Amino acid sequence: MKEDQFLISILVSNHFGVLARIASLFSKRGYNIDSLTVGETADCSLSRMTIVSTGDEYIRTQMARQLEKLVDVKCVQVMNKSDTIVRELLLLKVFVDKDKRSEIMRAFDVFRAKIVDLSPESVSVELTGEPDKLNALIDYMRDYNIVELSRTGVTALGRNGYCLSEKDGSL
Amino acid sequence: MCETTFLQNIQNDGDGMILTGAQITVEILKEQSVDTVFGYPGGSVLNIFDALYSERRAIRCVCASHEQGACHAADGYARASGKCGVVIATSGPGATNLVTALAAAYLDSSPIVAITGNVSTASIGKDSFQEVDICSITMPITKHNYIVKDIRSLAQTLRNAFAIAQSGRCGPVLVDIPKDVAEGEIEFDSSSRADYKFNLPDPPQKDLLYAASKINTAKRPVIYAGGGVVAADAYEELERLSDALCAPVACSMMGLTALSSDNPRYLGLVGMHGIFSATEIIHKCDLLIALGVRFSDRAMINRGLIEKGTEIIQIDIDAAEIDKNMRASCPIVGDIKRIIPLLAAHIRPTPRKMWQKEHEGILSRSKTQFDMDFARLNPQLILERLADVFPDACVATDVGQHQMWTAQYFRFRSPRTFITSGGLGAMGFGMGAAIGACIACGGRKTLMITSDGSFHMSMGELAAAVTENLPIVIVLMNNRSLGMVRQLQRVFFDSRFAYTSLNRKTDFAVLAQAMGAHGIHVEQKDQLDAALEEAKRASSPILLDCTIDPDEMVLPMIPPGGDISEIILR
Repeated sequence: MKEDQFLISILVSNHFGVLARIASLFSKRGYNIDSLTVGETADCSLSRMTIVSTGDEYIRTQMARQLEKLVDVKCVQVMNKSDTIVRELLLLKVFVDKDKRSEIMRAFDVFRAKIVDLSPESVSVELTGEPDKLNALIDYMRDYNIVELSRTGVTALGRNGYCLSEKDGSL
Repeated sequence: MCETTFLQNIQNDGDGMILTGAQITVEILKEQSVDTVFGYPGGSVLNIFDALYSERRAIRCVCASHEQGACHAADGYARASGKCGVVIATSGPGATNLVTALAAAYLDSSPIVAITGNVSTASIGKDSFQEVDICSITMPITKHNYIVKDIRSLAQTLRNAFAIAQSGRCGPVLVDIPKDVAEGEIEFDSSSRADYKFNLPDPPQKDLLYAASKINTAKRPVIYAGGGVVAADAYEELERLSDALCAPVACSMMGLTALSSDNPRYLGLVGMHGIFSATEIIHKCDLLIALGVRFSDRAMINRGLIEKGTEIIQIDIDAAEIDKNMRASCPIVGDIKRIIPLLAAHIRPTPRKMWQKEHEGILSRSKTQFDMDFARLNPQLILERLADVFPDACVATDVGQHQMWTAQYFRFRSPRTFITSGGLGAMGFGMGAAIGACIACGGRKTLMITSDGSFHMSMGELAAAVTENLPIVIVLMNNRSLGMVRQLQRVFFDSRFAYTSLNRKTDFAVLAQAMGAHGIHVEQKDQLDAALEEAKRASSPILLDCTIDPDEMVLPMIPPGGDISEIILR
């Protein structure tokens, strides 16, 4: 993540239209969404969103306070980077000739990418890690024939006792 | 996806009545003590209007000429009464016609529940006749909105809508009810209550102590009161604070009625067209106590208008307003009505004789400095005479020069008597708002200050005012042009009056008569008093078409981003 990028975790009601509300707020206030992931939590009435955005202290604070005002938002936390586990998943497909195949496999090994599909023409791998690690693999593979790739966007969880709680949004 | 939580929470104990969705809607209105709704019927709300008709003794239903007018009326009702306004419109165009009025209510934090019909759930998403996705359309201009796709959640959703609209920072909430939900039947549980809860903890003691210490050491404090003071009904608290601190009170446009203009410490309007003496006094203060203001770009209290190093205490119910437009050295989040007494417990009442003398001096020095030319009929004369004849009237305005003149020259004496579109600045707001305000005031005389430009936008609502037989006095300042934009052209576009000198041929007095109201021409200064006397006697809508000079300006004027040295005075 870049220096001025930050990560916001949100607990929201799990029903239709909530994603649109969050997106509408970002568009209305002129905030940029670098990535957004969402999924149900252990409590099926709540979803957890992880948003990566860019901006200074002012944007960060405003964004959190504006989000807190939405009725469907139960908890907002600007995550402290050093206390947060951050992961992203990448699927990447390359067309590769037979003679380059073993060389490319070695590279996947180094990155600990897992091969999930293999055909006479192509190899597809899955890689999970911090965004920088994914960037590194993508950069390395630019010398080869990348057909397409798909990234999930970042998801995150605070370490140990650093949790989102519906009550006060802090520890 | 699982079912929404409130569906699970509904207790069906089996002793309620079987009602239709439309009847449940009306039951909830009664439960929420709604005595008046504003609206316009249509295909998708047939059932709701039918149910309202059955309850016409309990709930007055006022039909406007256009849904926008109905929604402005609900807004005017809410602003004048402090209660929640209710508007009902049909699907499609009925719903989209609400948009401007919802935005006006949203930007001025006015509590409204808007109920729209929609096509049946089975027809949604199929581009059916009069179908729009009003929830998506109104998302950024409502505090929250709902579409009710299951009749089991209807009652709870409506209760939550009323709770959300009126809690914390108030605002409009829209509930979209498809036709089949209004038609369907279910057992109604009248004992259930809203499950939406708004919690606002008291601010930390250390914040209060810090603010109190700033207040106690200040030599020249000024209170800057905004719409938040009016919304919180914190008038007495404001007056007591002002007395204890010996601090004069300046108001943003939305805060104008927070303190009576009879109070010697009342400074009146500050902002782009603020009273010069008020701007001058703010410039001299060493502590600005900002209560329920958002320092908007038109309020123009920017760093250029206050001395460097002036401390700012900002108290607001909305945490997102803190530091949004202005950095406060001492922010407090909370309900002003509750915070002021908490704060006052730590404040030493101080006479501050020097400061009092200084600001009183500024006030008396500039009293008649910027008067208009009294040789002719002018807006200042009209407004000052109106204030003499109707001292306690509720005043609604449209948007433009006449609105600013009203803010500057009318002497507001009681809270919630100035109903104006501040944040959105929606021309066409006034006529609907006046209808709502007049009803909220129990049919007391209500003034509607407007102009030829604004009135043309919503004059259809005069028909509704006539039908309801409301004692509204419409004072139309007729300059045959779009005065405010024309003024901007004069100052910033070298007097190139592009498309603002419309010179419409409308005879407004005759128009008023054609619509069943009374209309009078006031072309000369000496015709004013007789017209006002007639307006005073009228018990139904009357329009005074007052001819004013198109070159009349709203002064002073601070150019955008300007400081005190750049104020245009002549």
